[in-house]
Amino acid sequence: MLAIFKKEVHAFFGTLIGYLVIGVFLVLLGLIMFVFPDSSVLDYPYATMGQLFDNAPLIFLFLIPAVTMRMFAEERQNGTIEFLMTKPVSLKDIILGKYLASMALVVFALVPTLLYFFTIYQLGSPVGNIDTGAVLGSYIGLLFLAGCFTAIGLFASAMSKNQITGFVAATFLCFLLFYGFFFFSKLPVFFGRGDVIVQMLGIDFHYEAISKGVIDTRNVVYFLSVIGFFLFGTQLLLERIK
Amino acid sequence: MSVTVEHLTKRYGNQLALDDVSFSASRGEILGFLGPNGAGKTTTMKILTGFVSATAGQASVNGFDVRTESKAVRQSVGYLPEHNPLYLDMYVQEYLRFVAGLNGMKKPQKQVDSLIERTGLGREQHKQIGALSKGYRQRVGLAQAMLHDPEVLILDEPTSGLDPNQLVDIRKLIKDLGAEKTVIFSTHIMQEVQALCDRVLIIDQGNLVANDTMSELQSRLAGEKRVTIGLIGAEKPEFLMRLDGVKRLQATNTNQWQVYTDHKVDLRADIFRACVENNRVLIELHQESVSVEDIFQKLTGSSDSSSKGDRQ
Repeated sequence: MLAIFKKEVHAFFGTLIGYLVIGVFLVLLGLIMFVFPDSSVLDYPYATMGQLFDNAPLIFLFLIPAVTMRMFAEERQNGTIEFLMTKPVSLKDIILGKYLASMALVVFALVPTLLYFFTIYQLGSPVGNIDTGAVLGSYIGLLFLAGCFTAIGLFASAMSKNQITGFVAATFLCFLLFYGFFFFSKLPVFFGRGDVIVQMLGIDFHYEAISKGVIDTRNVVYFLSVIGFFLFGTQLLLERIK
Repeated sequence: MSVTVEHLTKRYGNQLALDDVSFSASRGEILGFLGPNGAGKTTTMKILTGFVSATAGQASVNGFDVRTESKAVRQSVGYLPEHNPLYLDMYVQEYLRFVAGLNGMKKPQKQVDSLIERTGLGREQHKQIGALSKGYRQRVGLAQAMLHDPEVLILDEPTSGLDPNQLVDIRKLIKDLGAEKTVIFSTHIMQEVQALCDRVLIIDQGNLVANDTMSELQSRLAGEKRVTIGLIGAEKPEFLMRLDGVKRLQATNTNQWQVYTDHKVDLRADIFRACVENNRVLIELHQESVSVEDIFQKLTGSSDSSSKGDRQ
């Protein structure tokens, strides 16, 4: 597993992909938080990082599938999947190695945003007048969310030899899971009859809950289930090509 | 026996890729796998390396069953897949260290260096794999397969697309490997089988049609010698049929014939005398044994299905 992890991390940072992803993520968030007047925290009545945590999922929705789309599709296209699967490593290790490498990239992208937190912390009046607990919760929520997107991305990448297929399928699945269930719950059929349950199926619901700074086991279990479900699905897809 | 295959059958949908194939190979043996495209060579190799599972039958490598002890099998097999898939954006050294990691080797550098030396990659070791020529890529593929010092090497068309010099190098490498390990390799090139193999397996449409040593194969399946003669005059030399050991007479040209004889006898002198007696002028005479190409065509040719039936 470690060998795969190292190779993939090296593939990110040995080429432009890693820097590009992190750069795009940080520039977009920086613009939204400090430059665009409609959302700039500088013009906002109180110190908050809400803009970051509202918009980061949207950016992840495109960036994470872009990172994961090549993971298995490229291996299948080039035939290297046969090379990998005939080495004494288990399929689980291959999947986990690639998963953790993608997550490492997400963490690398998120770490610099601590600087944004520090900035807003200093700008608060008095200094430090920001809900640190909620920010911490939101970071944890965002990591879980990215974890779900990454698992979905790997699953989509294992579906076909074509990277574009992987990207489009992953974006669609992420969107469906993140916003889709919320919008579905607005259907008249569900009104007053279990619309909350439909919402609970979506990532959004649990992300919001954790963002308040309360880490509820139910939310954590939800995120871990989604991640587990899609990673297991990835394994099934890869076993099928054997 | 380091490789044993028993009654192996593989079905892809309706298509039978392998039909009840059995063979075995022991340590220090080089086994050549010969057959037309789509005969089932690659499928057999994929089953032996655990990449594909068999529909029926057993296969074991180094005493481990490929189905139930897949990891142990993969540990003791070095595999060069067909078309030699490589990560083109990795560097040679980096790639080999990655392979060492996959094999769970702790301190691989010494092994990596020694393999780079053995496969003659020294000058290219700091290049990106994508920048290497086909011959060098093939060496990287071989180095990758040999890195963890496996007992059994399975090489799927290791010499395809190489130039004649590279061919010689790679063949020598395979020959060296065969001294201490079990090597199974597939090829289209008959001379390669003749030059390298202790034993040859010929497979056609999923059936094993031959499993013999080279000399056995030549004597048992060929069984004939071919004498080509040229005579002045277009009349068929029927008198030759009266000679002992002549089996068939075939015209190849207006004044050229091929005389098929028993492989144990040499009839050239008799043919000459017979021609003189019958007042024919002999202008050409040479003899050859039936080559591996002929055997191969005889065994796998679609027109000659009878011989296939005999061998089952």
